[in-house]
Amino acid sequence: MLVISDKTVRLVLKPAVFIACLLPLMLLVVGLINDTLGANPVEAMTHVTGEWTLRFLLITLLVTPARQILKLTWLIKFRRMLGLFAFFYATLHFITYIWFEQYFDWAEIVKDIIERPYITVGFSAFVMLIPLALTSNKMMIRRLKKNWVKLHKLIYVIAVLGVLHFIWLVKADYLQPFIYGVILLVLLSYRAYQQRKPATPAEGRRCRRSSS
Amino acid sequence: MSIIIKSTSDIKSSDITSKSVYMDRRRFMQQAFASSLLLAADAMLPVWAKRWPDPAQAPFRADDKLTSFEDITSYNNFYELGTSKTDPVKNAAAFNPRPWSIAVEGECDKPGVFDLEDFIKPYALQEYIYRLRCVEGWSMVIPWVGFSLAEMLKTFEPNSKAKYVEFTTLLDKSRFPGQSRRVLNWPYVEGLRIDEAMNPLPIMAVGLYGDILPNQNGAPIRLVVPWKYGFKSIKSIVKIRFSETRPKTTWNELAPDEYGFYANVNPEVDHPRWSQKTERRIGDAFWKPKQKTAMFNGYGEQVAQLYTGMDLTKNF
Repeated sequence: MLVISDKTVRLVLKPAVFIACLLPLMLLVVGLINDTLGANPVEAMTHVTGEWTLRFLLITLLVTPARQILKLTWLIKFRRMLGLFAFFYATLHFITYIWFEQYFDWAEIVKDIIERPYITVGFSAFVMLIPLALTSNKMMIRRLKKNWVKLHKLIYVIAVLGVLHFIWLVKADYLQPFIYGVILLVLLSYRAYQQRKPATPAEGRRCRRSSS
Repeated sequence: MSIIIKSTSDIKSSDITSKSVYMDRRRFMQQAFASSLLLAADAMLPVWAKRWPDPAQAPFRADDKLTSFEDITSYNNFYELGTSKTDPVKNAAAFNPRPWSIAVEGECDKPGVFDLEDFIKPYALQEYIYRLRCVEGWSMVIPWVGFSLAEMLKTFEPNSKAKYVEFTTLLDKSRFPGQSRRVLNWPYVEGLRIDEAMNPLPIMAVGLYGDILPNQNGAPIRLVVPWKYGFKSIKSIVKIRFSETRPKTTWNELAPDEYGFYANVNPEVDHPRWSQKTERRIGDAFWKPKQKTAMFNGYGEQVAQLYTGMDLTKNF
């Protein structure tokens, strides 16, 4: 078991992970400035922000299994940041759509959300991320108590909708969304398996601590 | 210009072209001269050198600003060379479009199998500047080099049973790596109603920007039907068949509710998953709004009469 002090996590690892999480955005901005995003930069922006939203959702969901399997308790300290980055990239994805795809044509946007299933599920997933982001601070965790855990179970629904959003927008080649789908399935199966298995007292303690 | 004549002692044996190379070159030059398509016949020159001798200007020239050669050749939907837009340019080198032959069959009096050069030879090449609107919602303006499809089809003397023309792309996993995965039902097939095919607009393209057609754009020969969504303009054609019945076309068979047989550009009929009202003109700055899509991609004057009395919402 690799033990890392709180101080190291706070002063070294967290800033490093934070910067790493911003890299996709930085590369996108550099590409935009240098005009190296290819023939259709808006499509590139949409794809990059969308893909990173999904990746951060999956990475966030990976934290708990990784912590339990590798017995690295300190990993939990990154979960909030990773989840917030999922929301951050989802917001960029949504802004790209509203601004550069639809150019603030609100009638078309509403029509899209209502009529086009992949946009309906994508938009729903984004809306569900908002309360999770808003309640991710310590004060809300304390105030919501047990409801906080219940509310944050929404992440599973969001991830499923996110993958569905990807599957439904593909024209013919389902390989990419399939890969995301399989990873999500593995992560969800792990949780289902853990639920059915009676928790040892030690694990229970760890879980309680982890949600604060 | 001065010519330096070296004495034999100055010439190293390694500088002397070997007989076989010399003979290859000689044979190559003979072949090249034998063909009126001197430059096109050459698969050994680098891409930038493969140009058509100045083609004449066709009457059909869109006034729009041309899309750059770089954008036209690096952003392609050509699943035979990979499903992402940037795959075709990356995999282009793996695809050798020579030798190439085209079979013409079905309801016509002069069917046959033709070597590419012989197939092209009878027609005067012209430059056509056409808008290309992809079903995905983006568009380009491309200066094609090609010849009239109608003129070409007439050469084979289609008979009265020829109601449709079907086109087929090469099926060859070794040249088209994308065909190793069954993303589409290979080979790619497209088709036109005979009156659509006989309209003066559609062309068989063998080049763009004066160059011979880059591999990623459907080398060595492709169809261009400017009033229809891009997927109708089938690439790398090896077979043309006249038929009495409507061809089973690839995208239409894959998702009939999303991709119609006609696939005329129509801002009024949405794709079930996205609007077709607007399009992004490739090359425009990213902050610019998309532009409105025109009915028949702006070619209504030439083609609207083909569809009089037809419900274009049903026959999309």
